Amino acid sequence: MRSSLILCTATRFLLPIILMFSFFILLRGHNEPGGGFIGGLVAASAFALYAISHGVTYAQQLLKVNPINLIASGLIIALSSGLFAVFNGSNFMQGYWSEFKFPVIGKIGTPLIFDIGVYFLVLGIALLIIFSLAEEEEEIQ
Amino acid sequence: MNLIVLPVILPLLFAVIMLFAWKYISLQRILNLVGSLILLIVSVLLFTTVLSDGVQSLHLGNWKAPFGIVFAADILSSVMVLISSIIAFTTALYSFSTIDNERESFGYYPLLNTLIMGINGAFLTGDVFNLYVWFEVMLISSFVLLVLGGTRNQLEGGIKYFTLNLISSAFFLAAVGLLYGLTGTLNMADLSEKIKLAGDNGLITVISIFFLISFGIKSAVFPLYFWLPSSYHTPPSPVSAIFAGLLTKVGVYSLIRMFTLVFTVNSEFLTNIILIVAVFTMVTGVFGAASQNEIRKILSFHIISQIGYMIMGLGLYSVLGIAGAVFYLIHHIIVKTNLFFIGGLIQKLQGTYELKKLGGLYKVYPIIGLLFLIPALSLAGIPPLSGFWAKFLIVKAGLELQEILVVVISLFVSLLTLFSMTKIWNEVFWKPAPKDNPEISFKHFTLSKKIMIFSPIVFLAILTVIIGFSVEEVFQIANQSANELLNPINYINKVLGRF
Repeated sequence: MRSSLILCTATRFLLPIILMFSFFILLRGHNEPGGGFIGGLVAASAFALYAISHGVTYAQQLLKVNPINLIASGLIIALSSGLFAVFNGSNFMQGYWSEFKFPVIGKIGTPLIFDIGVYFLVLGIALLIIFSLAEEEEEIQ
Repeated sequence: MNLIVLPVILPLLFAVIMLFAWKYISLQRILNLVGSLILLIVSVLLFTTVLSDGVQSLHLGNWKAPFGIVFAADILSSVMVLISSIIAFTTALYSFSTIDNERESFGYYPLLNTLIMGINGAFLTGDVFNLYVWFEVMLISSFVLLVLGGTRNQLEGGIKYFTLNLISSAFFLAAVGLLYGLTGTLNMADLSEKIKLAGDNGLITVISIFFLISFGIKSAVFPLYFWLPSSYHTPPSPVSAIFAGLLTKVGVYSLIRMFTLVFTVNSEFLTNIILIVAVFTMVTGVFGAASQNEIRKILSFHIISQIGYMIMGLGLYSVLGIAGAVFYLIHHIIVKTNLFFIGGLIQKLQGTYELKKLGGLYKVYPIIGLLFLIPALSLAGIPPLSGFWAKFLIVKAGLELQEILVVVISLFVSLLTLFSMTKIWNEVFWKPAPKDNPEISFKHFTLSKKIMIFSPIVFLAILTVIIGFSVEEVFQIANQSANELLNPINYINKVLGRF
């Protein structure tokens, strides 16, 4: 699959920026618009862009992990945020917050862990769909 | 009481672990078995706790009801969770030798677990919108399980199943919206009190009919059941067994829950509709079965006619009637799943579900004939098996309320059920094997596979017999549950946190 030189070069610069932006959106969530779902979609768009410019196989190599593992880790991170309360002797899904206020981010709590889980889950599912569709496309060509 | 959420968390946890083991199918199999065994133990624990300590509830995230989501387990919920865990466990055993490698490698086991998660969630939740969410979890998993493998038949059945269930979900969602607009709450216990304050409002009747249509489609009652016989015979046998056992019964459970806890205001009007629907469901289901010549299609139509009995118990709306419905649920899930298991076994032996091409099985494997007879006769209602007692309770409840016509029809349907079961018996076991398909053997089966395919069947058959002989205990549980359902004050107080 051939694509333009401009796109290839631009992607190389855009990829880290988009990923950073997705992380910013993830952390911005909870109190302001943002969160794991949109963050995950933005991160997936970064890899999708790379898949368009360089081909799917390179994008998969760049990702290094199988999207299914991303889905599974996302789910387990989200689940652990709920189980945290259970091991603390409280009701499932109870939220806990740190006393200490971190610079920039603010207080960190279990909802953030849940959001990180969502982030990976959405990233994994979006990439799984994009990769399998794109692979089919390449096979046809 | 975090124990209540465990039947939901455990299948999810195991599904996730299986996702990590995506490429290692034999590991997934073992995980599935271990997971369902742990689930079974947890459900037994939950059941005994509920029996000894009464209704249990959990406010998720410590958000107080009615603002947060509540999980609540009364006897009905915990019995249903227990039975669904038994079915999950037997299906895990049965899948070992009946599901093909291709389906296994495309996520059969994780999907099975998310399906169980959805079913258990629906049984345990105390919030109407949350119930909707669990229904969706269950449906999405079942859509994929139904079409997994992608044969032409499966896709055709899948489309019908998908479309009708989508309509049902739309009705459900519309009803939930209207209910929230009217009362300002979606917590079932809270609704139960608030809806009485709304008075004799026409809108409540509309909402209740919406719920009736939505749950009616999901539990396959009279005019809305067409998706069931056109889809349940298409997937591989363990999938159709778990569908046949559990999915429609989640609809029945929701009907019982909503129409005893929430919609009791204009019950005269509602119970009449439910009774009429029940009668037509029984009759059309059993006639449909009589006209079929394929094992799983016959059994699918019988699900419909049996749903009629459960709905009839609800429609009678007395303690005995609802106790009968609960008893029927317990009996039916076990028996129906077992019949589908045996259907799958017959197909493994002779390669087909068509009655015309089957035959002579009794001569070669009389033991399979016996194993078939136990659930089949139980389904038809022959004493002393569980089905007899289930029907007896419902008929007695009907006689007490002088619904003679309904009772007569239900007995007539029972007779036709016996006819269908004898038809399968005659064609599959009794008549000589047809010439073009004489081969009956276990030649593809290693010993361990044989054990794996027989053990769930034997287990469920023993369970049927046990229910039949310890009817007193099971009836006590059903009766207690019916009392709880008709006087839900304990449930409401527990969920809303008042003591």
